[in-house]
Amino acid sequence: MAEKLKFSLVSPERELFAKEVDEVIVPGTEGEFGVFAQHAPVMSTLLPGVLVVKESGTESRIFVHGGFADVTPDCLTVLAEQAIPVEEMKGDVLAAQKDAAAADLKAAQTTDERLMAERAVAVLASF
Amino acid sequence: MANLNELKIRIRSVQSTQKITKAKQMVAAAKLRRAEESAKAARPYAERMEAVLGNLVAGVGDGSNAPKLLIGTGSDKVNLLIVATADRGLCGAFNSSIVRQAREAIVRLQGEGKEVKIFCIGKKGREQLKRLYSDLIVKSVELIEIKNVGFANAREIADEILQMFEAGTFDQAHLFYGKFKNVLTQIPTELQIIPAKAPETSEVPDISGGVYDYEPDEEAILNTLLPRYLAVQIFRALLENAASEQAASMTAMDNATRNAGDMIDALTLKFNRARQAKITTELIEIIAGAESV
Repeated sequence: MAEKLKFSLVSPERELFAKEVDEVIVPGTEGEFGVFAQHAPVMSTLLPGVLVVKESGTESRIFVHGGFADVTPDCLTVLAEQAIPVEEMKGDVLAAQKDAAAADLKAAQTTDERLMAERAVAVLASF
Repeated sequence: MANLNELKIRIRSVQSTQKITKAKQMVAAAKLRRAEESAKAARPYAERMEAVLGNLVAGVGDGSNAPKLLIGTGSDKVNLLIVATADRGLCGAFNSSIVRQAREAIVRLQGEGKEVKIFCIGKKGREQLKRLYSDLIVKSVELIEIKNVGFANAREIADEILQMFEAGTFDQAHLFYGKFKNVLTQIPTELQIIPAKAPETSEVPDISGGVYDYEPDEEAILNTLLPRYLAVQIFRALLENAASEQAASMTAMDNATRNAGDMIDALTLKFNRARQAKITTELIEIIAGAESV
C-alpha cells in the first residue's frame, strides 16, 4: 500500500480522530473529493454530509456539519463544528439534528444559507 | 453562665461555616478537573483554526477588500468590552480582578475620549459593573443554568456580537476573562477580538512548492472562517474562565476552611478558660461560705 495520510478530525469540544489512514472522502462545498497522501494543498469549506474514512479495508463514516478541510501533502485536518459517527445517528441524536436542520432552513435568509440547510435536511433524511 | 453559652453558640456556628467551605472546596476540586479537561480538549481545534487563519491572512494580504472583521471599520471610536466572569461567588478575588481590569480599560478609553459599551457574560461581573456603569451595559448573558459550557453557547454569544457589529453598534471589541495558568494563579486577560488580530504563524506549513487551492475562494473562506474564529475565541475564554473559577474557588475555600479552623481553636481555648474560671469562682465561693460558718 502507498503512503499513509495523517488525518485528524477536531470539533471545538474535542479531538475526535487522529491517526494514519489510507483515504478520506470529504464532502466539500464544490463537490465531494477523496484525499490520499500526496494530495495537492487545498483548503475547502464543508457541506453537511458524511465523511468516509478508509483504513486498511475498513470504512468508518462520520456525519459532519459546518467547518473546513485543510489538505497538505502529508496531512488532512478537518475542523468540523459538529461531528457524529454515523452509528450514533439514531433515535434522539438524529431527531435533534433533524429539528436543528429544519429550524436552520426556516431561519435561512440568503441563498447560501438555504442551500446549506436544504442539504443538511436531505442528508439527515437519508439516515 | 451567659458568657459560656454565647461562646458555645459561636463555636458551633463557625463549625458549620467550616463544613460549608470544606464542602465547597471539595466540589470545586472535582469540578476543576473536569473544567481543566474540557479546556484541554478544546485546544487542538483552536490551535488548528489559528494556523489555518494565519495561512489565509498571509495569502489574502492587506487587500482593501478584506473583510471588516479582519481589518476593522477604520475607526476606533466605539469600543465594546466583553467582560466574562463567573455566575457564582465564593471564589475569592476571581470576579473582582477581571472587573478591575475591565474598569481600568474603561477609564483609559474614556480618558481618550472614546465611547465604551459593555457586554457582560456572567452574573457577578454584571452586578459589579452595574454599580458604576449601569448606563454603559448594552447586553448581558448568564450561563448559570448551563452545567457544561458547549460550543453552541459560545456560538450564540458570538452571533449576537456579530449582529451588533454588522449593525455598526461598535468599532472594536475587547474580551476580558480569567486565563487559567495553574491552580494558584489565574491571570485576568484582555484580548482584542474585533478587528481580529491575525495569529502569528509559528511554522510555515510545508506544502512543497505547491500553492494552496481554495474552494470556493479565499475571500469566501475567510468570510466564513472569521465569525467561527470569534466563536472559538469566546468558547476558549468561557472554558478558561470555568477552569479559573473553580481553581480560585478551591484556593479561596481552602483558606476559608483553614481560617475557620484557627478560629475554632481560639474560641475553644477561650471557652475552656472561661469554664475553668467559673469552676474556680464557684469553689472559692463554697470555701468562703464554709469558712464563715
